[in-house]
Amino acid sequence: MKATRLQLRRKLTGRIMGALAYLAAAAAVLPLLLVFGYLLLKGASSVNLDFFLHMPRPVGVPGGGMANAIIGTLMLVGVASLLGVPIGIGAGMYLAEHGNAPLATSVRFLADVLNGLPSIVIGIFAWQLLVRPVGHFSAAAGGIALGLMMIPTVTRTTEEMVLTVPTALREAALALGYARWRTALRIVLPTALGGVITGVLIAVARVAGETAPLLFTSLGNQFWSVSLTQPISAIPLQVFNYAISAYDELHAQAWAGAVVLIALVLVISLGARAVVGRGFARGND
Amino acid sequence: MVDPLPHTGLAGRAAEVATARPRPRRRVVRLQGHRAADRAYSVLTTAAAAAVPLLLLVIAVVVTMGAWPALRQFGLGFLTSSDWDPVRNVYGVAPAIYGTLVTSFLALLIATPLAVGAAVFLTEYSPEWLRRPAAFLIDLLAAIPSVIFGLWAIFVLVPILREHVMPFLRDTLGLGATPFFSGPAYGPSLLAASLILAVMILPYISAVSREVLAAVPRSQREAALALGATQWEMIRSAVIPFARSGILGGVILGLGRALGETMAVTMVIGNRQEISASLFAPGYTLASAIANQFSEATGDLQLSALMAAGFVLFVVTLIVNAGARWLVWRTGRLAR
Repeated sequence: MKATRLQLRRKLTGRIMGALAYLAAAAAVLPLLLVFGYLLLKGASSVNLDFFLHMPRPVGVPGGGMANAIIGTLMLVGVASLLGVPIGIGAGMYLAEHGNAPLATSVRFLADVLNGLPSIVIGIFAWQLLVRPVGHFSAAAGGIALGLMMIPTVTRTTEEMVLTVPTALREAALALGYARWRTALRIVLPTALGGVITGVLIAVARVAGETAPLLFTSLGNQFWSVSLTQPISAIPLQVFNYAISAYDELHAQAWAGAVVLIALVLVISLGARAVVGRGFARGND
Repeated sequence: MVDPLPHTGLAGRAAEVATARPRPRRRVVRLQGHRAADRAYSVLTTAAAAAVPLLLLVIAVVVTMGAWPALRQFGLGFLTSSDWDPVRNVYGVAPAIYGTLVTSFLALLIATPLAVGAAVFLTEYSPEWLRRPAAFLIDLLAAIPSVIFGLWAIFVLVPILREHVMPFLRDTLGLGATPFFSGPAYGPSLLAASLILAVMILPYISAVSREVLAAVPRSQREAALALGATQWEMIRSAVIPFARSGILGGVILGLGRALGETMAVTMVIGNRQEISASLFAPGYTLASAIANQFSEATGDLQLSALMAAGFVLFVVTLIVNAGARWLVWRTGRLAR
């Protein structure tokens, strides 16, 4: 009799714990649904053609858009990729080829540490190095700050993907008299290209939504600008500035900007996942 | 090599010279070409790899240099003083450090059970078909830009807190008698910042937890089940102890994210330079102080003080991240 009561209690505990784990999972998914729901509810109605084609207009004048911020984000991400992608891929190739060499071990560790560095610290770093000496804010400084943030992600995914290329392929190329560099660039990298592109896209999606590193580097700009040496706007910057403003009209624009931003980020990262299935949070853990 | 004219030997050598000689020369030339290109390739990839440690070093040097005037002027008092007065030019970051610690730890307190619980559900309980889509949705949280969480928090979370949650905690539950839930409910507050932080770090803790739980060897689970354990007893006694330090690593990784998170916190914490026991009160974090004041800073010393806040943040997150990586790495090695 006693044994059955104990069994009952064990069974009950198991059930309760299972239910709690289920509730935890449900609670973890809930915020995502809430955020997406409100984005669609509040933002979708403000996204129209004007939003993409027009410049911001003063409060009270209808039909304003974020054309300047959209071109700004594209330019910033372009500059960032020019800096972050070659360095990241080069470092990733090095890591894949050098296994446990002392430099490789420390680069791997420090890339993870760099990835965890707060973006605002990258922001003040870029300001001190690229804005303060020049005396004015610039798109280039913002792009460079974002590019630095791309390096660890691109590095670690490149390494991971290059390591999936069979050794036999590499050895076959070397046995046929291919030089090491040619083997690496003509055989190994193209074979791993899908995965490498995934890493680049994940990095791009991440920096496209970054605001903090841009606050004191590219600053933001109410006017149309495509100059690298001038301040430039970006969608996340505009969303931030509108969100903390006092006008309902600007709030609506902020929601619309958020919808466009999240659509951009999701298209890029879902595209990346379509190439190779991997988690967002795992980026490079 | 077969000599075609064995009698003379000379012809053979001539043939040898004719056929074989150019070949080694060509090979030498090509090898030299290879060697130069190989060296260039090796130098370039090594340089790219070396850029990572170098970059961290340069960041450390540049931020330290920028922070130096304030650090020299105020010394350790910078960390303990609550003054932030551009008029008298005295600066201290005690309230920002307090706000950073309170919001980060409260966020961990909320996010950890949910994240670990979700990870346990996904690796142990969930039906097979639900695993990937549910994990995908939780991971998706990590892809949402910080500024969007901030926007959502300003217009959805904060009003709910102000109208419903804060009065409920303070009056209905009577927690207003404690210093932690007292005072007027403005909305923007340490509590709001903690909640949005909890949502933002949840996917990181959950992803790492899922990974280390999945890495627990089958033999561990089977041994526990063979001894008659129920599923929960197996999880508690065989799975979680094995994954514990890895989960801890994930939690610390989440802490690192929370400490340095800027935009969403800046948008809902209220940005006030004061230390208040009440979670309903507005506050500051190191990151939000920088984001909020940097572009309006008037003097060199104020800029340097903000750089010094960044320096403190840099050092703390460096230590926290290094510790987290070490823990996760160690669990991965144990599992192998």
